[in-house]
Amino acid sequence: MSHITPEALAEAAHRELDAILKKTAPLTPKERIAIPVQDMPTQDPEVRRKNVQEVALGYTPEQARLESMRCLQCRNAPCVQGCPVRIDIPGFLKAAAAGDFLGACAVIKKNSLLPAVCGRVCPQEVQCQEHCTVGKSLKSVDKAVSIGRVERYVADLERDSGKAVSPVIKPATGKKVAVIGSGPASVTVAADVRREGHQVVMFEAFHKPGGVLVYGIPEFRLPKAIVQKEIDALLAMGVEIKTNFVIGRTRKLKALIEEDGFDAVFIGTGAGLPKFMNIEGENLVGVFAANEYLTRANLMKAYDFGRADTPIYRAGRVAILGGGNVAMDAARTAVRLGAAEVHVIYRRTEVEMPARVEEIAHAKEEGVIFHLLENVSRVMGDENGCVKAVECLRYELGEPDASGRRRPVEIKGSEFIRDVEAVIVAIGNDSNPLIPRTTEGLKTTKWGNIIVDETGKTSIDGVYAGGDIVLGAATVILAMGEGRRAAASINERLK
Amino acid sequence: MNRILAKTQLSDDVYMMRLDAPHIARERLPGQFVILQLDNDYGERIPLTIADADPAEGSLTIIFQAVGKTTHNLADKAVGESVVSVLGPLGQPTHIEKFGTVVCVGGGIGVAPLHPIVKGMKQAGNRVIVIVGARNRKLVILEEQMRALADEFIVCTDDGSYGRKALVTEPLKEVCARIPKPELAVAIGPPVMMKFCAEATRPFGVHTLVSLNTIMIDGTGMCGGCRVTVGGQTKFVCVDGPEFDGHKVDFDNMMQRLKAYRKHEDTAHHQCHLDAEIQAKERSLS
Ligand SMILES: Cc1cc2nc3c(=O)[nH]c(=O)nc-3n(C[C@H](O)[C@H](O)[C@H](O)COP(=O)(O)OP(=O)(O)OC[C@H]3O[C@@H](n4cnc5c(N)ncnc54)[C@H](O)[C@@H]3O)c2cc1C
Ligand code: FES
Repeated sequence: MSHITPEALAEAAHRELDAILKKTAPLTPKERIAIPVQDMPTQDPEVRRKNVQEVALGYTPEQARLESMRCLQCRNAPCVQGCPVRIDIPGFLKAAAAGDFLGACAVIKKNSLLPAVCGRVCPQEVQCQEHCTVGKSLKSVDKAVSIGRVERYVADLERDSGKAVSPVIKPATGKKVAVIGSGPASVTVAADVRREGHQVVMFEAFHKPGGVLVYGIPEFRLPKAIVQKEIDALLAMGVEIKTNFVIGRTRKLKALIEEDGFDAVFIGTGAGLPKFMNIEGENLVGVFAANEYLTRANLMKAYDFGRADTPIYRAGRVAILGGGNVAMDAARTAVRLGAAEVHVIYRRTEVEMPARVEEIAHAKEEGVIFHLLENVSRVMGDENGCVKAVECLRYELGEPDASGRRRPVEIKGSEFIRDVEAVIVAIGNDSNPLIPRTTEGLKTTKWGNIIVDETGKTSIDGVYAGGDIVLGAATVILAMGEGRRAAASINERLK
Repeated sequence: MNRILAKTQLSDDVYMMRLDAPHIARERLPGQFVILQLDNDYGERIPLTIADADPAEGSLTIIFQAVGKTTHNLADKAVGESVVSVLGPLGQPTHIEKFGTVVCVGGGIGVAPLHPIVKGMKQAGNRVIVIVGARNRKLVILEEQMRALADEFIVCTDDGSYGRKALVTEPLKEVCARIPKPELAVAIGPPVMMKFCAEATRPFGVHTLVSLNTIMIDGTGMCGGCRVTVGGQTKFVCVDGPEFDGHKVDFDNMMQRLKAYRKHEDTAHHQCHLDAEIQAKERSLS
């Protein structure tokens, strides 16, 4: 697919919308379906390979309206069923179609706290857009209404308009809530609990708040300024944020309740424990967990070569192991750091890749090379202990496993060597055990996820949890949804 | 923000600083460390061992060698100025109990983190033999404090300018050869030194703890950058360590990993502090 310039997309949308607005009769469903899908304007792949600015540039107002007009306003709203936080999607699209973008944003904000983030990073094609009637009738989920893109548009517009209404904070209750971590789950809890008039103190281990949104997801996909706005909003609400504060070490969780007078605690510490493959050569110089590679690049700004003190490993040929968003982010970061060849190695096929479709497409446009049905069995080093190659095995798909995905089976004797100088392991994260290990009585699953009931309560009275620490590595929207639920229980408890 | 309460230059490029850090001072135990950063936007995060702490004052003592950009800038800071980020206490504390006789070996600024361990071991009722090594007389640190704590104190320098002219491994072997042999050895210093201390105690079957100082980012187990191979298994120094069984650590792999960014650092200011430190130590021990 060749790159269409933003100007051309804007021009086409302008013409299209003009023609529609000239009509007097309301659009028929057939006419709505006939409106072309509005492509997301993007930076030219050749240009963006060399910068860290956002790839997707966002709709024009005309595009946002046209895309919203494609919605059929189905009475049963199947899209809403696909949304983890049940946003009134037809409702906000109706407002956006009429050009009432601030009104549209207000509809979203009833259910979601972070639309500018979710519009960018939600896997819409397996959530709302998967169920879209328009996509179904056009026989492709790619042709569903681009709900996420409109969400992003109205959220950005609201933010930049300066007209965002700051939430009303109820009078002080004298109650105090500790929120551990500052990712999407924690941000949501902090906002929802603070609104009820409770004092909120957020504790973050890193020197900057935002969780994965700042240390993991790259700038080119989610500008850090957007996350910072959300953090600023919390501060403006009177939430206190203590950075460089790791619960379990700087202070034990129980001490927060027993000595520091917190009436409730929320644990939103994420899934930060990188998995490795346990293969030979995994500790050679040049093998990284994606978490390390991405943290260096994002949080520590290692891409800014002249300015940042934190170095990042720059290699000519880089292998990325995995097929999720993390793998795509690592691959595209390696491209931007100047790698000549970036190879994504994945055991299954593209259909099974958990990454957002858009990220896979963007990675391909940027020249990332995909090797499917292949896996690394060994990392090989030179005399200095640095990576020089990986040994790979070919795979085929066998019978479906418990998850319904066809199980990849290795083809015996299919070993071959790929020369690479760096290997980035992006095969997932387990739950960080720091808090469970230092908090007696906190129950976890055998995988280390904190166990909660349907209200977000843990096994310790007054302690709640949500997000990746409960779900295992999941998504921003689910983390936010869990935060909402826990906040509601906390507010109920403190009534 | 952590205010600098006091600063002393111990030798040419070794400094001692007391920082205001009440939470860390209250919680820290021997063996633990902090991660420090001077600029939250572009600064690097470096692990530094804790030499001492005063919970009453709410202060923390660190001893560091100015070898890279961050440590140089830190050394340039004056009393009253602040360090923007200090995270801790990190890592597993040293397992302290009454073992009997414990021999503690410190090389260079490794003597700093050894100090609270010696103190703890002593308080637990152990007989503590302390061996301190440095390149030359000027680089011997905390001598008085160690002498005051130790039941037996041995100092050696590479050039013979003070104490015995020997590497620390020599007296360590002698101590291990005594009957009865010590129950435990603790060795902290440059990686090569710890490697050879572990080799020195191995034939005597004296259990030997080493404290590893790898490259780190978060210090909470999230990034995996600090990983080392111990007994064939991958361990994270920041959460599983920093202390490990010296007889099981793959020191060669660890030393190679410490040099990971050597060829990537082109500009002078970017000279990786760890690199410089290792080079200096390698020179001192060769
Ligand atoms: C590279 C990458 C790309 C991703 N891409 C997408 C995507 O495109 N779409 C999507 O929906 N999801 C994506 N995800 C997943 C998504 O980011 C997570 O599901 C989500 O951030 C989880 O939110 P959370 O609030 O549970 O925790 P996190 O965002 O993980 O935040 C947890 C925070 O807690 C802090 N913390 C941990 N332990 C302690 C402690 N003991 N004391 C104090 N603080 C502590 C951590 O430092 C961290 O800041 C991606 C994840 C990664 C890593
Ligand atoms: S420093 Fe990141 S896991 Fe240890």
